[in-house]
Amino acid sequence: MERLAIRRRPLLLLPLAVVVVAGVGFVELLQQAKEGRYNPHKVPNLLVGHPVPAFTTGPAPPGTGFSAADFQHLSHPVLVNFFASWCLPCHAEAPLLTELKDHGVAIWGIDYSDSKAAFHGFLAADGNPFTRLGDDPNGAAAVAWGISGVPESFLVDREGIIRWHLGGPLSPPVVADTLMPLLHKFA
Amino acid sequence: MIPELGNFALALACCLAAAQAVLLLLGAERRDARLMAMAPGLAFGQLIAIATSFAALAWSNAISDFSVQNVAAFSQSQAPLFYKLTGTWGNHDGSILLWCLVLAICGATVGAFGANLPATLRARVIGVMGAVAAGFLLFALTASNPFTRLSPPPMQGQGMNPLLQDPALAIHPPILYLGYVGFSVPFAFAIAALLERRVDAAWGRWVRPWALTSWCFLTCGIALGSWWAYYDLGWGGFWFWDPVENSSLLPWLTGTALLHSAIVVEKRESLKVWSVLLAIVTFSLSLSGTFLTRSGILNSVHAFAVAPTRGLFILALLGLVIVPSLLLFAFRAPILAPAGLFAPVSREGAIVLNNILLCSIAAVVFTGTLYPPFAALVAGEQLSVGAPFFNSTVLPLAIPLVLAMSLGPTLSWKRAALFPALLRLWWVALAAAAVGIIVALGWHGLAALGFAGSTWLILGAIRDIAARVRLFRLPLSESLSRLAGVPLGAIGAAIAHAGLGVTIAGISGMTFAAQRVVFLHPGQATDFAGYHWALTALDHVPGPDFNAEVATLPASRDGRIVAVLHPADHTFPVQGTDVTDTAIRTNLVVDLYTALGAVHDGGAEVRLRYDPLAPWIWLGALVMAAGGGLSLADRRLRVGAPARRPSLPSPPGGGRRPARAAG
Amino acid sequence: MRRLLPLLLILLSALPCSAATPILTPALTPAEEARATAIGSQLRCLVCQNESVEESSATLAANIRQIIREQVAAGRTNHQIMQWMTARYGDFIRLDPPFNRLTLLLWAVPVLAPALGLGIAFAASRQRRPPPAPLTEAEKSRLAALLE
Repeated sequence: MERLAIRRRPLLLLPLAVVVVAGVGFVELLQQAKEGRYNPHKVPNLLVGHPVPAFTTGPAPPGTGFSAADFQHLSHPVLVNFFASWCLPCHAEAPLLTELKDHGVAIWGIDYSDSKAAFHGFLAADGNPFTRLGDDPNGAAAVAWGISGVPESFLVDREGIIRWHLGGPLSPPVVADTLMPLLHKFA
Repeated sequence: MIPELGNFALALACCLAAAQAVLLLLGAERRDARLMAMAPGLAFGQLIAIATSFAALAWSNAISDFSVQNVAAFSQSQAPLFYKLTGTWGNHDGSILLWCLVLAICGATVGAFGANLPATLRARVIGVMGAVAAGFLLFALTASNPFTRLSPPPMQGQGMNPLLQDPALAIHPPILYLGYVGFSVPFAFAIAALLERRVDAAWGRWVRPWALTSWCFLTCGIALGSWWAYYDLGWGGFWFWDPVENSSLLPWLTGTALLHSAIVVEKRESLKVWSVLLAIVTFSLSLSGTFLTRSGILNSVHAFAVAPTRGLFILALLGLVIVPSLLLFAFRAPILAPAGLFAPVSREGAIVLNNILLCSIAAVVFTGTLYPPFAALVAGEQLSVGAPFFNSTVLPLAIPLVLAMSLGPTLSWKRAALFPALLRLWWVALAAAAVGIIVALGWHGLAALGFAGSTWLILGAIRDIAARVRLFRLPLSESLSRLAGVPLGAIGAAIAHAGLGVTIAGISGMTFAAQRVVFLHPGQATDFAGYHWALTALDHVPGPDFNAEVATLPASRDGRIVAVLHPADHTFPVQGTDVTDTAIRTNLVVDLYTALGAVHDGGAEVRLRYDPLAPWIWLGALVMAAGGGLSLADRRLRVGAPARRPSLPSPPGGGRRPARAAG
Repeated sequence: MRRLLPLLLILLSALPCSAATPILTPALTPAEEARATAIGSQLRCLVCQNESVEESSATLAANIRQIIREQVAAGRTNHQIMQWMTARYGDFIRLDPPFNRLTLLLWAVPVLAPALGLGIAFAASRQRRPPPAPLTEAEKSRLAALLE
């Protein structure tokens, strides 16, 4: 009986092994979550490193709209920014975009799922930080770019390759530590 | 003053729980009768202390004492009193206190009903429960103290989550916790048995009522949550395979397995090691379910925001409960020698199959729920495991389970012949096949499978009772008088099995559900699913702490109004959220379901649904729980029964015996 | 629940889980419509993440439904449409995870778990149990008395 018991012991330790592995994994995940490296809700964007996807936007006065073809012969990198007037973080982000524009950064804005009147209200209240503007009323461009919310920003280099993506509003530390070095790199 | 009293009572409860653990486990080890005799006293003392503490928090909520941080953060003075009270457990800190309260209730109940248990076993069971309680009370005291004061107190609370202002969701946590925490008793019995080095038929008999009670509550709790999702979310979904739902399903699956394997322990002294493991695993899953879903690691929409430090505390606590238990199991389990032998084809064999399948489903759900975070950890890739995965993998395991459910009760204990058993089910099988073929020809393959399974289960349950009373073989009056002699346990089991059949029928019926989303102005109407739906009015109605847009939507058939539905959209200005209030008209066969979407330009987006058999999903769960409850009333399962009436042996398979014997 | 998410994500992004967008879908045949619905229910809504694109009332989900319908109308295969989606959102958007090296264990468990269970049950049933303890003198005499 005792011999049998010893022979079967590895199997009896199986539940413990599962618990220990899961426990160690959870400690690490909690640690990563604490440091902001892991977020189960974060939607990945796999377009980074790939050319700008096929898309087109309509005119959004004063902007005339733009499409994938406009990214073919660029003289400088472009920051593509998806926004909407009904999105509070977009309003919060606007002053920072204006500041970037004043530094000579080309910002192409795509107005996602918005009404014309509200869009003009946005420009009136927050100014117009965009060098080009496009309208995306039914979200076709948004989905083509793989966005999951607004605001989202992409950096496109002179060859029309997407180099960087940010889901969420730009913040001064992100601009200083990440965006500006990238702009210099791809200038 | 009251919050300080609550805080003091909480600290007292923690000390009592620690004393309960140390004194009783030590007393049992040393066979010290004086120490062991303290078990009921300590358990009751702990219960009184926690109840006082909980009452203090409820009181602070009721009078909207915003100097208590917990009340200020999650309540507001305009909320109705009922929701202020239920709001006590509507947040993380309060729900932990409720969790501890339920654990103390379980401990005290063992103390109250455990007079006939061997003294060392009782002391160990209550001691183990004290140890678990001490850990969680310490957590409540230090990391998530609900009585923390604010100075100066704010004038108004930050508001209650509008979602929690719903009757079903308000009573959902206590019922679910009674289920989760109830499994602490089988767990404590398992640990105590390992400490005693002894599991016998009596152990199975003591564990079963606890497992059964917890299972009934868990079944109701899960059904309540699913029902809430159906009527509150506004698009007719009732199960999402969300991590939070999965974590309540996991202990239900292993608990169901335990319920059945404990029968084998009791009747045949077999499956002992397995049952002990199931008891440990079920409570471990309950613990993990309540706490890990709040860690923020899993992609769930049920948000209980928890600071990562708390997450680590919880994880450490889980480790302290689960790891030593499984270690003890690994070293002591080989001592528990099985006694009863049985052939693969037998009642025991069917229960083993049931256990394998239930635990396989649990393994699939467990893996699927934890896979995304671990894939991110190991490979850095983000992936999703959703409903299509679970549906396609659980279904093949559920089919043999359902088949075995009607077959098992026809088999005799120890050794049975398969062919005669199948012959006994011939008309059940014929009916199930007929239903399946009719549905498959007329409509839909998957629904056909579901309806066939449902027929098989319900008729199988009826056949079981009919065979016991020898219906149509004896005169009807004789059969009826025999019914009184059928053990309640057997009737309860048949009802519970039929209940699952009802639920499966409901789920299958929902494959025929239809919906339409239309934009209507008052005065406009649409025809859908054989009904004429008219929007006659759209009113703005102010509520106590919300503003509502209420639609008046009569649904008529053949010119006759069947129901006047009032779907609404509630906007809560304090919280800045809005909640849909669906309107459902049910005749228990079909639900006419309406939900109000966006209201603009004087009109409203209305979602109309026609949900055949939807109520059966939750009615089936209620029937299952009722079956479980009926089994509990069986004399043979009462905790006191075996000791007081040792002279009456219980015949295997439940022979004739007056169900309501005195005593 | 679905209304809770905007609260969580309010600072990051702000797509409400429910919104009204008048959508002009291309006219599809019933077979095409069924195909579009099947694809939509395999995709995770990226806003209300426990719902599928087909079930969700989020604006973005409506946008994706529209794109699926356009691509179905354009005659693209299910595989092509799925690839178009995963090229943007990765496997995160697939509610049904693909079968590959990373998901090997995930897809193996539904087979491994019952196999392991049956294996253990089989081994346990074949296990020879120890012979009963030899009878004591008292038992032997009782047995002899009973046999007589």
